Amino acid sequence: MKGEQGHDHDHHDHEAHAESASMASRVGALIANLESKGIVSGAELDAAVEAFLVGTQRAGGPALVARAWVDPAFRGRLLADANGALAELGIDMTHWAHVKVRAVENTDRVHNVIVCTLCSCYPVALLGPSPTWYKSLAYRSRVVREPRAVLAEFGLALDPNIEVRVWDSTAELRYVVLPRRPDGTEALGEAELALLVTRDALIGTAVCRAETGPLREAVR
Amino acid sequence: MQRFRAGDSVRTRAANPEGHTRLPRYLCDRRGTIEAVHGLYPLPDERALGVGVASCTKEMLYTVVFDSGEVWREGTSEPASISADLWDSYLEPEQAR
Repeated sequence: MKGEQGHDHDHHDHEAHAESASMASRVGALIANLESKGIVSGAELDAAVEAFLVGTQRAGGPALVARAWVDPAFRGRLLADANGALAELGIDMTHWAHVKVRAVENTDRVHNVIVCTLCSCYPVALLGPSPTWYKSLAYRSRVVREPRAVLAEFGLALDPNIEVRVWDSTAELRYVVLPRRPDGTEALGEAELALLVTRDALIGTAVCRAETGPLREAVR
Repeated sequence: MQRFRAGDSVRTRAANPEGHTRLPRYLCDRRGTIEAVHGLYPLPDERALGVGVASCTKEMLYTVVFDSGEVWREGTSEPASISADLWDSYLEPEQAR
Protein backbone atom coordinates (compact mmCIF):
# COMPACT_ATOMS: atom_id res chain seq x y z
CA MET A 1 0.00 0.00 0.00
CA LYS A 2 2.91 2.24 -0.86
CA GLY A 3 0.77 4.93 -2.44
CA GLU A 4 -1.24 5.38 0.73
CA GLN A 5 1.74 5.98 2.97
CA GLY A 6 2.30 9.34 1.41
CA HIS A 7 6.02 10.13 1.51
CA ASP A 8 7.62 8.04 -1.17
CA HIS A 9 5.53 8.91 -4.17
CA ASP A 10 7.12 8.22 -7.50
CA HIS A 11 5.51 8.65 -10.89
CA HIS A 12 3.74 5.32 -10.71
CA ASP A 13 2.25 6.06 -7.31
CA HIS A 14 0.72 9.27 -8.62
CA GLU A 15 -0.95 7.30 -11.39
CA ALA A 16 -2.17 4.68 -8.95
CA HIS A 17 -3.45 7.38 -6.63
CA ALA A 18 -5.38 9.15 -9.40
CA GLU A 19 -6.79 5.79 -10.47
CA SER A 20 -7.97 4.90 -6.96
CA ALA A 21 -9.42 8.39 -6.37
CA SER A 22 -11.42 8.08 -9.58
CA MET A 23 -12.52 4.58 -8.58
CA ALA A 24 -13.54 5.81 -5.11
CA SER A 25 -15.80 8.48 -6.60
CA ARG A 26 -17.36 5.94 -8.98
CA VAL A 27 -17.98 3.51 -6.11
CA GLY A 28 -19.44 6.36 -4.06
CA ALA A 29 -21.85 7.27 -6.86
CA LEU A 30 -22.85 3.64 -7.26
CA ILE A 31 -23.54 3.24 -3.53
CA ALA A 32 -25.55 6.47 -3.44
CA ASN A 33 -27.74 5.20 -6.28
CA LEU A 34 -28.23 1.76 -4.70
CA GLU A 35 -29.24 3.39 -1.44
CA SER A 36 -31.57 5.97 -2.98
CA LYS A 37 -33.38 3.25 -4.93
CA GLY A 38 -33.71 1.13 -1.79
CA ILE A 39 -31.72 -1.77 -3.25
CA VAL A 40 -29.22 -1.92 -0.39
CA SER A 41 -28.77 0.01 2.83
CA GLY A 42 -25.54 1.45 4.20
CA ALA A 43 -25.80 -0.88 7.18
CA GLU A 44 -26.12 -3.92 4.91
CA LEU A 45 -23.05 -2.83 2.94
CA ASP A 46 -21.04 -2.33 6.12
CA ALA A 47 -22.05 -5.78 7.35
CA ALA A 48 -21.03 -7.39 4.05
CA VAL A 49 -17.64 -5.66 4.01
CA GLU A 50 -16.99 -6.56 7.62
CA ALA A 51 -17.89 -10.21 7.05
CA PHE A 52 -15.51 -10.26 4.10
CA LEU A 53 -12.64 -8.75 6.08
CA VAL A 54 -13.20 -10.99 9.10
CA GLY A 55 -13.14 -13.98 6.77
CA THR A 56 -9.86 -12.95 5.21
CA GLN A 57 -8.21 -12.16 8.55
CA ARG A 58 -8.20 -15.88 9.13
CA ALA A 59 -6.27 -16.23 5.89
CA GLY A 60 -4.76 -19.68 6.10
CA GLY A 61 -1.78 -19.49 3.76
CA PRO A 62 0.97 -19.58 6.42
CA ALA A 63 -0.68 -22.45 8.33
CA LEU A 64 -1.00 -24.37 5.09
CA VAL A 65 2.70 -23.97 4.27
CA ALA A 66 3.88 -24.80 7.79
CA ARG A 67 1.86 -28.03 7.77
CA ALA A 68 3.30 -28.95 4.38
CA TRP A 69 6.84 -28.35 5.70
CA VAL A 70 6.42 -30.67 8.70
CA ASP A 71 4.20 -33.32 7.12
CA PRO A 72 5.38 -34.75 3.78
CA ALA A 73 2.15 -36.70 3.27
CA PHE A 74 0.13 -33.50 3.69
CA ARG A 75 2.50 -31.75 1.28
CA GLY A 76 1.74 -34.43 -1.30
CA ARG A 77 -2.00 -34.02 -0.83
CA LEU A 78 -1.67 -30.21 -1.02
CA LEU A 79 0.12 -30.39 -4.36
CA ALA A 80 -2.31 -32.98 -5.74
CA ASP A 81 -5.57 -31.46 -4.46
CA ALA A 82 -5.20 -28.15 -2.65
CA ASN A 83 -8.92 -27.80 -1.91
CA GLY A 84 -8.93 -31.14 -0.12
CA ALA A 85 -5.85 -30.16 1.89
CA LEU A 86 -7.44 -26.83 2.82
CA ALA A 87 -10.55 -28.64 4.03
CA GLU A 88 -8.34 -30.82 6.27
CA LEU A 89 -7.08 -27.66 7.98
CA GLY A 90 -10.59 -26.29 8.24
CA ILE A 91 -9.79 -23.40 5.91
CA ASP A 92 -13.01 -22.19 4.34
CA MET A 93 -12.63 -21.26 0.68
CA THR A 94 -16.29 -20.55 0.08
CA HIS A 95 -16.84 -17.15 1.67
CA TRP A 96 -15.93 -15.40 -1.55
CA ALA A 97 -16.73 -17.90 -4.28
CA HIS A 98 -16.07 -21.53 -4.96
CA VAL A 99 -12.69 -21.69 -6.61
CA LYS A 100 -10.24 -24.43 -7.38
CA VAL A 101 -6.95 -23.73 -5.65
CA ARG A 102 -3.64 -25.03 -6.89
CA ALA A 103 -0.40 -24.94 -4.91
CA VAL A 104 2.82 -24.72 -6.93
CA GLU A 105 6.02 -25.78 -5.22
CA ASN A 106 9.34 -23.96 -5.17
CA THR A 107 12.35 -26.27 -5.33
CA ASP A 108 16.11 -25.83 -5.71
CA ARG A 109 15.51 -25.70 -9.47
CA VAL A 110 12.18 -23.88 -9.83
CA HIS A 111 10.80 -20.60 -8.50
CA ASN A 112 7.11 -19.83 -8.98
CA VAL A 113 5.42 -16.42 -9.08
CA ILE A 114 1.74 -15.55 -9.46
CA VAL A 115 0.03 -12.81 -11.44
CA CYS A 116 -3.29 -12.04 -13.08
CA THR A 117 -2.49 -10.09 -16.25
CA LEU A 118 -6.15 -9.67 -17.27
CA CYS A 119 -7.45 -8.23 -13.98
CA SER A 120 -6.31 -8.97 -10.44
CA CYS A 121 -7.41 -12.51 -9.55
CA TYR A 122 -5.90 -13.49 -6.21
CA PRO A 123 -6.47 -16.23 -3.61
CA VAL A 124 -8.14 -13.83 -1.15
CA ALA A 125 -9.33 -16.55 1.19
CA LEU A 126 -5.77 -17.78 1.64
CA LEU A 127 -3.80 -14.55 1.61
CA GLY A 128 -6.25 -11.85 2.64
CA PRO A 129 -6.86 -8.73 0.50
CA SER A 130 -4.23 -8.30 -2.21
CA PRO A 131 -1.53 -5.61 -2.02
CA THR A 132 -1.91 -2.55 -4.25
CA TRP A 133 1.15 -3.42 -6.30
CA TYR A 134 -0.35 -6.80 -7.23
CA LYS A 135 -3.17 -4.94 -8.98
CA SER A 136 -0.87 -2.38 -10.63
CA LEU A 137 -0.44 -2.33 -14.39
CA ALA A 138 3.34 -2.27 -13.86
CA TYR A 139 3.45 -5.58 -11.95
CA ARG A 140 0.87 -7.29 -14.16
CA SER A 141 2.57 -6.37 -17.42
CA ARG A 142 6.19 -6.67 -16.35
CA VAL A 143 6.25 -9.90 -14.36
CA VAL A 144 5.37 -11.94 -17.44
CA ARG A 145 7.81 -9.98 -19.63
CA GLU A 146 10.85 -9.75 -17.35
CA PRO A 147 10.17 -11.76 -14.18
CA ARG A 148 13.79 -11.83 -13.01
CA ALA A 149 14.09 -8.05 -13.19
CA VAL A 150 10.82 -7.61 -11.27
CA LEU A 151 11.86 -10.12 -8.61
CA ALA A 152 15.23 -8.37 -8.28
CA GLU A 153 13.36 -5.14 -7.57
CA PHE A 154 11.57 -7.00 -4.76
CA GLY A 155 15.03 -7.84 -3.41
CA LEU A 156 15.00 -11.42 -4.68
CA ALA A 157 18.05 -12.22 -6.80
CA LEU A 158 17.61 -15.65 -8.34
CA ASP A 159 20.39 -17.92 -9.53
CA PRO A 160 20.41 -17.77 -13.37
CA ASN A 161 19.99 -21.55 -13.50
CA ILE A 162 16.73 -21.53 -11.58
CA GLU A 163 13.69 -21.77 -13.83
CA VAL A 164 11.13 -19.03 -13.19
CA ARG A 165 7.54 -20.18 -13.68
CA VAL A 166 5.00 -17.39 -13.97
CA TRP A 167 1.39 -18.47 -13.37
CA ASP A 168 -1.10 -16.15 -15.08
CA SER A 169 -4.46 -16.71 -13.32
CA THR A 170 -6.63 -16.34 -16.40
CA ALA A 171 -9.54 -18.53 -15.29
CA GLU A 172 -11.34 -19.88 -12.22
CA LEU A 173 -8.22 -21.36 -10.65
CA ARG A 174 -6.34 -19.55 -7.92
CA TYR A 175 -2.66 -20.20 -7.34
CA VAL A 176 -0.58 -20.12 -4.20
CA VAL A 177 3.16 -20.70 -4.00
CA LEU A 178 4.50 -23.34 -1.63
CA PRO A 179 7.80 -21.74 -0.62
CA ARG A 180 10.92 -23.69 0.38
CA ARG A 181 11.50 -24.26 4.06
CA PRO A 182 14.49 -22.13 5.08
CA ASP A 183 17.67 -23.82 6.29
CA GLY A 184 18.25 -23.59 10.01
CA THR A 185 14.62 -24.05 10.98
CA GLU A 186 14.85 -27.73 11.92
CA ALA A 187 14.14 -26.96 15.59
CA LEU A 188 10.99 -24.94 14.90
CA GLY A 189 7.50 -26.28 15.39
CA GLU A 190 4.57 -25.79 13.06
CA ALA A 191 3.26 -22.62 14.72
CA GLU A 192 6.70 -21.02 14.71
CA LEU A 193 7.28 -21.98 11.10
CA ALA A 194 4.00 -20.37 10.08
CA LEU A 195 5.37 -17.05 11.33
CA LEU A 196 8.16 -17.23 8.73
CA VAL A 197 5.66 -17.41 5.87
CA THR A 198 4.95 -13.96 4.44
CA ARG A 199 2.29 -12.89 2.00
CA ASP A 200 4.91 -12.07 -0.62
CA ALA A 201 6.45 -15.55 -0.27
CA LEU A 202 3.02 -17.02 -1.03
CA ILE A 203 2.77 -14.81 -4.15
CA GLY A 204 6.34 -15.66 -5.11
CA THR A 205 7.90 -12.20 -4.95
CA ALA A 206 9.90 -13.24 -1.87
CA VAL A 207 11.29 -16.37 -0.25
CA CYS A 208 11.01 -17.42 3.38
CA ARG A 209 14.04 -16.69 5.52
CA ALA A 210 14.81 -18.03 8.99
CA GLU A 211 16.49 -14.80 10.04
CA THR A 212 13.56 -12.57 9.16
CA GLY A 213 11.04 -14.46 11.23
CA PRO A 214 9.49 -12.61 14.16
CA LEU A 215 10.45 -15.45 16.49
CA ARG A 216 14.19 -15.11 15.89
CA GLU A 217 15.01 -13.98 19.42
CA ALA A 218 12.65 -16.43 21.10
CA VAL A 219 14.13 -19.37 19.23
CA ARG A 220 17.79 -18.60 19.93
CA MET B 1 -15.17 -33.10 -25.21
CA GLN B 2 -11.58 -33.49 -24.05
CA ARG B 3 -9.46 -32.86 -27.12
CA PHE B 4 -6.07 -32.69 -25.38
CA ARG B 5 -4.11 -34.56 -22.78
CA ALA B 6 -1.15 -33.52 -20.63
CA GLY B 7 1.94 -33.32 -22.80
CA ASP B 8 0.11 -32.44 -26.03
CA SER B 9 1.44 -29.56 -28.12
CA VAL B 10 -1.11 -26.84 -28.87
CA ARG B 11 -1.20 -23.45 -30.55
CA THR B 12 -3.34 -20.61 -29.26
CA ARG B 13 -5.69 -18.94 -31.71
CA ALA B 14 -4.56 -15.80 -33.51
CA ALA B 15 -8.01 -14.17 -33.64
CA ASN B 16 -8.51 -10.94 -31.74
CA PRO B 17 -12.23 -10.95 -30.89
CA GLU B 18 -14.15 -7.73 -30.32
CA GLY B 19 -15.73 -8.93 -27.08
CA HIS B 20 -14.36 -10.25 -23.82
CA THR B 21 -12.01 -13.20 -23.86
CA ARG B 22 -9.62 -14.67 -21.35
CA LEU B 23 -6.89 -15.54 -23.80
CA PRO B 24 -4.38 -12.78 -23.02
CA ARG B 25 -3.30 -10.98 -26.20
CA TYR B 26 0.36 -11.62 -25.43
CA LEU B 27 -0.35 -15.36 -25.64
CA CYS B 28 -2.12 -15.24 -29.04
CA ASP B 29 -0.74 -17.50 -31.77
CA ARG B 30 1.84 -19.12 -29.51
CA ARG B 31 2.90 -22.73 -29.14
CA GLY B 32 2.42 -24.30 -25.73
CA THR B 33 2.12 -27.63 -23.96
CA ILE B 34 -0.89 -28.93 -22.04
CA GLU B 35 0.18 -29.25 -18.42
CA ALA B 36 -3.12 -30.04 -16.66
CA VAL B 37 -6.77 -30.72 -17.47
CA HIS B 38 -9.37 -29.18 -15.16
CA GLY B 39 -12.77 -30.24 -16.48
CA LEU B 40 -15.65 -28.21 -17.89
CA TYR B 41 -15.94 -24.52 -17.05
CA PRO B 42 -18.38 -21.84 -18.26
CA LEU B 43 -16.94 -19.97 -21.24
CA PRO B 44 -16.20 -16.40 -20.06
CA ASP B 45 -16.53 -15.00 -23.59
CA GLU B 46 -20.26 -15.84 -23.36
CA ARG B 47 -20.67 -15.02 -19.67
CA ALA B 48 -19.45 -11.48 -20.41
CA LEU B 49 -22.41 -11.06 -22.79
CA GLY B 50 -24.81 -11.74 -19.93
CA VAL B 51 -25.44 -15.43 -20.61
CA GLY B 52 -26.20 -17.22 -17.34
CA VAL B 53 -23.99 -19.94 -15.92
CA ALA B 54 -26.65 -22.58 -16.49
CA SER B 55 -27.23 -21.86 -20.17
CA CYS B 56 -23.80 -20.79 -21.38
CA THR B 57 -21.36 -23.06 -23.18
CA LYS B 58 -19.11 -25.17 -20.97
CA GLU B 59 -15.70 -25.99 -22.33
CA MET B 60 -12.77 -28.01 -21.10
CA LEU B 61 -10.23 -25.87 -19.28
CA TYR B 62 -6.52 -26.60 -19.58
CA THR B 63 -3.36 -25.23 -17.99
CA VAL B 64 -1.00 -24.51 -20.88
CA VAL B 65 2.72 -23.86 -20.37
CA PHE B 66 4.63 -21.59 -22.72
CA ASP B 67 8.36 -21.08 -23.01
CA SER B 68 8.97 -17.40 -22.24
CA GLY B 69 11.64 -17.11 -24.94
CA GLU B 70 9.10 -18.28 -27.53
CA VAL B 71 6.34 -16.03 -26.19
CA TRP B 72 8.50 -12.90 -26.48
CA ARG B 73 10.40 -14.21 -29.50
CA GLU B 74 13.80 -13.61 -28.04
CA GLY B 75 16.40 -16.05 -26.88
CA THR B 76 17.63 -16.12 -23.32
CA SER B 77 19.92 -18.41 -21.42
CA GLU B 78 17.85 -18.04 -18.25
CA PRO B 79 15.01 -20.56 -18.18
CA ALA B 80 11.51 -19.19 -17.70
CA SER B 81 7.98 -20.26 -18.51
CA ILE B 82 4.51 -18.74 -18.41
CA SER B 83 1.41 -20.79 -17.65
CA ALA B 84 -2.18 -19.77 -18.31
CA ASP B 85 -5.54 -21.49 -17.87
CA LEU B 86 -7.22 -21.57 -21.28
CA TRP B 87 -10.53 -22.82 -22.64
CA ASP B 88 -10.75 -25.43 -25.39
CA SER B 89 -11.84 -23.05 -28.17
CA TYR B 90 -8.74 -20.92 -27.62
CA LEU B 91 -6.56 -23.86 -28.69
CA GLU B 92 -5.73 -25.85 -31.79
CA PRO B 93 -3.54 -28.93 -32.08
CA GLU B 94 0.03 -28.07 -33.02
CA GLN B 95 1.58 -30.21 -35.72
CA ALA B 96 4.45 -32.32 -34.48
CA ARG B 97 7.77 -31.02 -35.68
